[in-house]
Amino acid sequence: MTDYYEQLGIPRSLNLSLETLRQRYYELSRQLHPDRFMQKPEAERQRALDLSSALNDAYRTLKDPIRRAQHVLSMEGFEIGEQRSKDVPAELLEEVFELNMALEEMRGGDHSARPQLEQAEKNFTIMLAETDQQLQTLFARYDSSQSRDVLGEIRNLLNRRKYIQNLVSEVERTLSPNPQSSIPAR
Amino acid sequence: MDIDFTSTGHIVGIDLGTTNSLVAFMDLTGPRIIPGNGPSALPGADGDKLVPSVVSIGQGGEVVVGNPARELLITQPERSVYSVKRLMGRGLEDVKEELQLFPFRVAPGSDSVIQLQLGDRTYTPPEISAMVLRQLKQNAEEYFGVPVDKAVITVPAYFNDAQRQATKDAGRIAGLEVLRLVNEPTAAALAYGLDKRENGIVAVYDLGGGTFDISILKLHDGIFEVLATNGDTHLGGDDIDNLLLRIALEDVASEWGQDLSQDNEGVQRLRRAVIQAKERLSFVPAANIELEYHGKKYEREIARELFDKLITPIIDRTLGPCRNCIKDAGVSVEQIDEVVMVGGSTRIPLVRSAVENLFRSKPHTELNPDEVVALGAAVQAAILSGAVDNKLLLDVTPLSLGIETMGGVVSKLIHRNSTIPASATETFTTGVDGQTNVLIHVVQGERELVKDNRSLARFDLKGIDPVPAGLARIEVRFLIDANGILSVTAKDQRTGKEHSVEVKPSYGLTDEQVEKMIQESFEKAEQDFAERQVREQRVEADAILQAVEKARRHDAYFELADDERAAIERSINELLLVYNTDDHHLIAAKIEEVNQATIKLAENMLKGTQT
Repeated sequence: MTDYYEQLGIPRSLNLSLETLRQRYYELSRQLHPDRFMQKPEAERQRALDLSSALNDAYRTLKDPIRRAQHVLSMEGFEIGEQRSKDVPAELLEEVFELNMALEEMRGGDHSARPQLEQAEKNFTIMLAETDQQLQTLFARYDSSQSRDVLGEIRNLLNRRKYIQNLVSEVERTLSPNPQSSIPAR
Repeated sequence: MDIDFTSTGHIVGIDLGTTNSLVAFMDLTGPRIIPGNGPSALPGADGDKLVPSVVSIGQGGEVVVGNPARELLITQPERSVYSVKRLMGRGLEDVKEELQLFPFRVAPGSDSVIQLQLGDRTYTPPEISAMVLRQLKQNAEEYFGVPVDKAVITVPAYFNDAQRQATKDAGRIAGLEVLRLVNEPTAAALAYGLDKRENGIVAVYDLGGGTFDISILKLHDGIFEVLATNGDTHLGGDDIDNLLLRIALEDVASEWGQDLSQDNEGVQRLRRAVIQAKERLSFVPAANIELEYHGKKYEREIARELFDKLITPIIDRTLGPCRNCIKDAGVSVEQIDEVVMVGGSTRIPLVRSAVENLFRSKPHTELNPDEVVALGAAVQAAILSGAVDNKLLLDVTPLSLGIETMGGVVSKLIHRNSTIPASATETFTTGVDGQTNVLIHVVQGERELVKDNRSLARFDLKGIDPVPAGLARIEVRFLIDANGILSVTAKDQRTGKEHSVEVKPSYGLTDEQVEKMIQESFEKAEQDFAERQVREQRVEADAILQAVEKARRHDAYFELADDERAAIERSINELLLVYNTDDHHLIAAKIEEVNQATIKLAENMLKGTQT
C-alpha cells in the first residue's frame, strides 16, 4: 500500500501542521498537474494524470485527521474493521437504549420525543468534541513514541468516535427527514 | 506575469451558455472577448460579443446561429431551438415538463438521447450546441485570420458526467479539440483573481440562464483551489421567464378569450416581451409586458414589488446549495472575503440582496457578469498553452461517484468535492463458476439508493478467465480526470492482464455516433465554407457596384473617353452576370476587372475633390 507521507515527502506524524501540508501539496501540484503537460507527448500526459490523481488522493487523506489516522493504522497492519451497531461501547449502553426508544417514537409520528432527541444530539456532539480532544493527545503521544500500543488505543477511540458519529447522523436524519440531500441532474 | 504567446497556436476560451455564448482569447494585454466582426451579411458575425445560443434550420437545411436565429425563432419557431444546454446529457424523463414551453418537437426514440425534430431532420442537443460552437470558431478564425481548432469550454460546475461528455462531444462535432472543460464559477474566479485579488477565500455565485452554481475557492499565490461546489443544473433565468410567461398566457386567455399557448409564434413573441420586461425591472421600479399580435393588444404592468414576490421561490432555491457549499468547504461565512457575482440573472436586485443577506457582505458586481466566464476560459487556455505558468486551477468533482451493490445500494468510491484528478480502486470477483464477464453500474449523486441517483453508465468487464466463483480478482480503477469525466480501466490481479471495458452510457451518445456526426459535420463544414466564400465575394461585389453607381453621376464619369466608359459598363455587366453563381473565384475575378476599369475614374474623382 502507498505511504501517503512518503508521497508528499513529509515525515510521518499524526499531529501535523495543515499549513505546511498545504504548502507542500501546492508545490507538488504545480509540478505534477496535467495542465502543465498539455503540450507534451501522450505518455507524459498520462503519467501526469496518474501522479496528480495519486497526489490528490494522498492530500485528501492526510488533511483529514480521522482519515490520516486510519491510514497510519492500516499501514501498521491494524484491522480498522467495520463498526457494527451491536458493538455498543459499554459506558453508552443505557443512553443508546433510551435514544433508540425516542427515535422509534419520533419515526412513529410521536413528536413529543423531539426535545429529548435534541438534547441527545447536543450530548453526543459534545462527546464527539471530547473524543477529538483525546485523539489529539493520543496523536501527540504516538508522534513522540511511535508506540504500537498507542496506535491500538487510537484504533479503539476511532471506533467509538465512528459509533457516536453514526448516532448523531441518525438523530439528525430523524429530526429533519428531508435535509438538503442533493439529487443530481434533476 | 511571465507570458509567452509565440510558441503555440491560438487556443480559445469558450463560454457555451444557455442564453448567450462567447469566445475569448488571451494575449500580452490580458484576456478579451472576440467579437463577431465579419461582413455584416454573414449571419451570427455581426460585431456583437454575445452570440445568442439560438439555432434555426432553414428550409434548405442551412444553419443560422445567433442574433438572426433569434429573429427566426419568432417567424419559424418550429424550426428553431434555444436553451438547448438544458437538454445536454439528459433523458426525456428529466425535461418533460419544460419541453411543454419549447416550440420545437421531440422526435420518437428520445429515451437515452433527446432527438429534436427541426424541419425534416432530427438533431441531438450536442449537434445543436456544435452549431453554436462552429459559429464561435468561425468568428475567432476571422479575427485571427488562421484556423482555430483547439478550445477550452466552460460548463456549469454542477454538471454531471453525462452533461460534461455531451459538451465535449459538441466540441468534437464542431471540429474543436476540447483541451479542457472548466467549471464556470472557477473560470470566473480565475478572471477575477487576475484582476482583483491574489489571496483569500472567494465565493462565486453564478446564476445564468439555465443553471445555478456556487463555488468557494481558496486563492493563494496563483493557486485557485476549489474547496467546495454546489448547485442546480436546472435553475436559472429561464425559470423566471417561464413563470412570467405562464402568467401572461393566462392573462391573454382571459382577456382575448384565446389560448395562445398552442400558437408557437404567439408564445415566442410573448416570451420575448416577458424577457424585455424582466430585464428592465432590474433598473426601473415597474415595467410593462406588451404584445401586439394579429390586431390584438395585451399590456400589463409589473411592479418590482410583485416581481420580487413572484420570483422569491426561485431565488430561494439557490440558498440551500449555498449553505451546503459553505458547510462542505469547511469555512464560516465570516471567513469568506469576497462574493463574486456571475451570470446575467445576478443583475436582478432581489438576487443581489439575497446573496448579501446570506454572506453578510456586499457582493462584487463590477465585473461584466456576461463576460467574466469566457475571459476566465481564455486565461485557462493560456495556462494550457504554457503561456501562463504561474497560475493553476485545482478543481473538484461536484457529485459523489459510486457503484451499485447488493440490494440496489450505492457504495461510494469518490466523494463529492474531491480534488480532480481523483481515483479509486476496487476489486471485483465473480459470483458464478466459469463466469467470464462482470457488469459494473456506476452512478453519481449523494443518495443511498441507486434509484435516487443519476445512472452514468454500465461498464462490462469482459474476457475474465472461467474460474470457480469468487476466485477471480479484477482490480478496477475509476479515474475522474481534470475535466470531471470518468474513465474506467480493469486489470486481472492474478494474470496482470488488462481487461477490455465496454461502456454503455445511460444518457448520451456512443463513440460511433459521435464519429458519424463529426464526419457529417466535416462535409457540412466544407459546404458551409464554400457558401461563406461566395457570400463574402457578393458582399464585396455589392460594395463596388454601389460605389460605381454613385460615381456614374459624378462629373468625372462624363469626362472619361467613350471607350473608357464602355469598358466600365462592360465590366459591370460581366460582374452582374456571374453575381449569382456559386463560383467565388469567378466573382472575385470580375470584381478585379471592375476595379481595373475604374482606376482612372477613381483618380479623376480624387483630383476633383482636391481642386
